[in-house]
Amino acid sequence: MVVGRAANEEWRADLIFRALADRTRRDVIRRAMSGTLSVSGLARLYPMSTTAVQKHVAVLEEAGLVHLRRHGRQQLVQTEIDTVAKAQALLAEFEQLWLGRLDRIGDVLAQPVDGDRS
Amino acid sequence: MTVIAVDRDPIARTLTIVAEFDKPAKRVWQVWADPRQLERWWGPPTYPATVVDHDLSDGGRVTYYMTGPDGEKLHAWWRIISVDPPRSLAFEEGNADDSGPNDDPPTTSIKVRLVETPEKTTMTITCKFAPTPDGEVPGAGTEKGMRLAVGQIDAILTTTTWP
Repeated sequence: MVVGRAANEEWRADLIFRALADRTRRDVIRRAMSGTLSVSGLARLYPMSTTAVQKHVAVLEEAGLVHLRRHGRQQLVQTEIDTVAKAQALLAEFEQLWLGRLDRIGDVLAQPVDGDRS
Repeated sequence: MTVIAVDRDPIARTLTIVAEFDKPAKRVWQVWADPRQLERWWGPPTYPATVVDHDLSDGGRVTYYMTGPDGEKLHAWWRIISVDPPRSLAFEEGNADDSGPNDDPPTTSIKVRLVETPEKTTMTITCKFAPTPDGEVPGAGTEKGMRLAVGQIDAILTTTTWP
């Protein structure tokens, strides 16, 4: 399968999906779009310790969904838009593939075949 | 054909799609069981499928190739895990080359379930994708430098299909 082949060669899908499966981490991705928030700045937004937020950021960083950059004494968190887009593209691609197939099955079923009068 | 539900589960690496057809299960089953009918829908229009072997029995093999616009042939195989006509089919799919299946592990496990009601048949398809090693991607270049608007990203991240 064309899409499956590309997907399997292409993705660190496991890491990315695990990272995206957590609500807080998805929120961090959203807030870090601008790349102006530090880890401690992010930590103030959630009812959890800075250490807990640091762990979430580490998971996101490992999956390539964010990267950290040094700005003076701060570590700023920046969302990797490419990775987010790719993760979504992977599932969306499969979804489109199957929606196309189901559509064509509908066409096949709409036409009579040998031995079928339904 | 009506698509009733689509569910993406990133933790389980699973895509589930439920669709309804206004035909009896026996008829819907044929689109899987008859290789000539399978060929008519499996490949995208730009990559039509040609089924070579088609043994829909427990442990059986299906082999096929899809022909791209430039004549390139993409070979692939199914290994049938279980089959119960016209109710269920489970198989693994993997890639091959023109000399036959390669040693790579299967890429996807697919389960098909048909449930007939008086007026229609519901088909549930569950695709579970194999965990993937890191790797460079053919075709990834097309997405390099891709940028989504903030609003689009937001739509992705707030979508209810992420658990």
